[in-house]
Amino acid sequence: MLLECPVTGEDFQAAGEAAARLKRTLRQLGIDAATARRAAIVAYEAEMNIVIHAFRGVLSVDISPERIEILADDEGPGIPDIALAMQEGYSTAPEYIREMGFGAGLGLPNMRRYSDEFHIESTVGRGTSVRMVINVPSKGSLA
Amino acid sequence: MRVRDVMRILDATLLTGEDKLDQEIEAACGCDLISDLLAFTKARMLVLTGLVTPQIIRAAEMMDLLGIVFVRGKKPTPDILAMAAEAGIPVLCTSYPLYESAGLLFEAGLRGRCAWPQAGGDPHDACGGTRDAP
Repeated sequence: MLLECPVTGEDFQAAGEAAARLKRTLRQLGIDAATARRAAIVAYEAEMNIVIHAFRGVLSVDISPERIEILADDEGPGIPDIALAMQEGYSTAPEYIREMGFGAGLGLPNMRRYSDEFHIESTVGRGTSVRMVINVPSKGSLA
Repeated sequence: MRVRDVMRILDATLLTGEDKLDQEIEAACGCDLISDLLAFTKARMLVLTGLVTPQIIRAAEMMDLLGIVFVRGKKPTPDILAMAAEAGIPVLCTSYPLYESAGLLFEAGLRGRCAWPQAGGDPHDACGGTRDAP
């Protein structure tokens, strides 16, 4: 099953709706709560990164019984130094964004922390693409 | 500890979620930044925060939080409360600051989860891990 949600830069009103929609869909599909939560959190962080840093982007999610694959593709300024951006606490969010509670410098680290697979590519002046996979535990392995 | 115990200990006002007062809370965290909150994911958690924005509700919804306590007497606007009600998350408001609120709940037996998750560590073993009960 494929979910596709456009995300608009600077639209803080709608921010988080794509991740919320993903979470509802996963629960409706019978995905366990802990896995749905991990997917929702990485999708939320990816969505917020687009809202905060990019002009526009798309969050696409491919859901199968074994895995949830989340692709966040944006048109934006790109990331000059990915290793630096991956460091906990490093953020380029401007002051007015921080006042809304963002800019902890944990967005990308959280995405990596909760994903089973995490890939990021970025071109300065073009945009950033993040691909994350979350494995769905088989029903028998759930405690 | 139940939501109603948190309410009593913090001398808090319930703003929404009357039907959720008997939910059992097992852990809490205090933070004013969204991603700091998202770095913990454990089941049956409560957040104490001074961040009164729609995004705290959205993040709480993503994390299945069982309650939000706004500290320092901060009151959410009606649209924020409506979001919380729709998400089924009880919202409390206390006049205690964040540090005192956390101290009072900790003293009463409500613990945090553990140390901060290590960068690059195994997410399954760290505090932000995933092996929690659904």
